[in-house]
Amino acid sequence: MTATPDLAVRIGSLTLRNPVMVASGTFGYGPEYADLVDLASLGAIVVKGIRAEPTTGNPTPRTVETASGLINAIGLPGPGVDGFVRDYLPFLRRHDVPVIVNIWGRTVEEYGDVARRLGAVDGVHALEINVSCPNIKEGSKAFGTNLESFRRVVDLVRASTRLPVIPKLAPNVADIASFARAAEECGSDAVSLINSIPAMAVDIETRRPKLGNITGGLSGPAIHPVAVKLVWEAARAVKIPVIAMGGIRDAADAIEFIIVGATAVAVGTANFVEPGTAPAVVEGIRSHLVRHGLPSVAALRGTVVA
Amino acid sequence: MKVETTTVLAHATYGGDYRCLELEAPGIAPEVRPGQFVHIRLPAPADAILRRPFSVFRADGDRLQILYKAVGRGTAAMRHLQPGDGLSILGPLGNGFPAAAADALPVLVAGGYGMAALYLQARTLPRRGIAFFGGAKAGDILCVPEFEALGWEVRATTQDGSRGERGLVTDALDAWLSGGGRDLRPEFFACGPNGMLRAVGGRAEAGGWTAWLSMDRHMGCGVGACLTCVQKIRDPDAPGGWSWVRICREGPVMECRTVVWEGDE
Ligand SMILES: Cc1cc2nc3c(=O)[nH]c(=O)nc-3n(C[C@H](O)[C@H](O)[C@H](O)COP(=O)(O)OP(=O)(O)OC[C@H]3O[C@@H](n4cnc5c(N)ncnc54)[C@H](O)[C@@H]3O)c2cc1C
Ligand SMILES: Cc1cc2nc3c(=O)[nH]c(=O)nc-3n(C[C@H](O)[C@H](O)[C@H](O)COP(=O)(O)O)c2cc1C
Ligand code: FES
Repeated sequence: MTATPDLAVRIGSLTLRNPVMVASGTFGYGPEYADLVDLASLGAIVVKGIRAEPTTGNPTPRTVETASGLINAIGLPGPGVDGFVRDYLPFLRRHDVPVIVNIWGRTVEEYGDVARRLGAVDGVHALEINVSCPNIKEGSKAFGTNLESFRRVVDLVRASTRLPVIPKLAPNVADIASFARAAEECGSDAVSLINSIPAMAVDIETRRPKLGNITGGLSGPAIHPVAVKLVWEAARAVKIPVIAMGGIRDAADAIEFIIVGATAVAVGTANFVEPGTAPAVVEGIRSHLVRHGLPSVAALRGTVVA
Repeated sequence: MKVETTTVLAHATYGGDYRCLELEAPGIAPEVRPGQFVHIRLPAPADAILRRPFSVFRADGDRLQILYKAVGRGTAAMRHLQPGDGLSILGPLGNGFPAAAADALPVLVAGGYGMAALYLQARTLPRRGIAFFGGAKAGDILCVPEFEALGWEVRATTQDGSRGERGLVTDALDAWLSGGGRDLRPEFFACGPNGMLRAVGGRAEAGGWTAWLSMDRHMGCGVGACLTCVQKIRDPDAPGGWSWVRICREGPVMECRTVVWEGDE
């Protein structure tokens, strides 16, 4: 039995020192948590969604807590490609951690433009394509739930960059396997899932929706079992790696994803609760592998008995 | 800024609907500056996942205190904390109040938990001025002996007249402002409901004075990552003339002239 199991995983041409990332939109661009988490302990940082231009996002209230969950309708505010490269990339380059940029656009062409521009700068290691944010009124949502527009976006991003590309799948589709397969056929290096689940909450006294945007996306422990089922289905459908997220609180939740076929995982909402969750999940995976006499995280992957 | 598992030292009724929670927090308490807050991980119920933000009332050595009122399920659960219990807090967070201008008379204006949020600033300010405390009823007026012990003159106002003058805190403030006889221009430090902050900011702007407002927004992460707590500020360089700041990071204390007020807040 090896005392130090191999935690490294590969996503296309990118090697991560461990399989635990932080999910887009839940860790800012890196500096926000740098006092609290050693960034070099993370498998990768996935930064908040970036489009071509600066964006202001949705009106407030932007989040509401629900039973074991959080509904958010932040609306993808951000500094745009140039602002990200100018204001955040120099900071990230000083840290020994792979940077995955979550990208989105209002048109198919914008996705291509963002991918091309980010592919040309030093310090970006992969692109996660956000086709599935439930909070954007324009195109984005249809890109995640309509197979044809999904393919157009992924094809164009693939053609626009040599970086590894990772389409992020929407959970609210009839057949997740067909989206995972489409991603693979378009030359994606991996798929990630799940994005938050379309949701709504209403104040019963005022009868008004609790979010400025009316609807939002549910995340946190409430969605974990839904995510496990979708990750299981996606992982069976494709050979490319699956990056799993949805309600991870601790190592057990992450291990569950790996057992149903995930190559890597991402911690989202739990960062708000315990900023140290991701490093704790890495340690928990390590000790689980030791306890089960497994030489590597790869040896655990897809071992579900079902 | 750090996450620390603190120990509850004391937890008791304080006055009115408020309780005082005293924590042993050797990592965080010595770092606290006036106007900063901590983000508390609820001990229960487990299905309420987000931390809750609270201003630091007092910080002395390794100890810090917060004053809080039970308003919802998270604060209701906090009432069951017992001495000896562990409690995870994240902090200190936020910008805090700035140092006072050398040539101004500090004027404190507080409602709700604002009295607690202003205490450290009242202790730190080099000059003692006047403090206006407002509430619906006598039980909402907190900390008066503490402020008086620091040398502050406190004027209380309640809407039902059960303590001090009857009316709004801004009524008492207006009466004082129109009274004249001041050698120094006022500089305001305020914390309370948004409507009160807006009113204080309005008085300051009209008079050409400075007002530092500690603002209350719903929060997720508390550290600037989730973009829940945003507030519009004036920004001539931005399209539309405004941009967002994060109240957890660039705030909670904002100068009144920067704030863009919306709707009926
Ligand atoms: C910077 C700052 C300092 C604060 N200092 C104090 C203090 O010293 N003493 C005190 O009693 N209260 C303080 N508050 C308010 C306190 O955070 C809320 O009363 C508390 O979060 C309510 O939680 P709950 O679960 O009981 O309420 P619920 O209504 O059940 O909470 C649901 C959600 O709404 C949020 N929420 C509800 N009311 C508020 C509010 N007024 N402000 C922000 N978020 C809210 C909660 O955090 C939670 O995410 C402060 C708020 C801020 C932003
Ligand atoms: C506040 C917030 C902001 C988010 N922003 C983004 C985003 O910009 N892009 C994206 O692809 N997903 C975004 N997400 C979704 C998360 O990356 C993740 O897919 C989802 O929250 C599920 O994981 P969790 O349950 O661990 O949070 C956001 C989630 C939250 C809670
Ligand atoms: S509470 Fe998350 S950014 Fe302020």
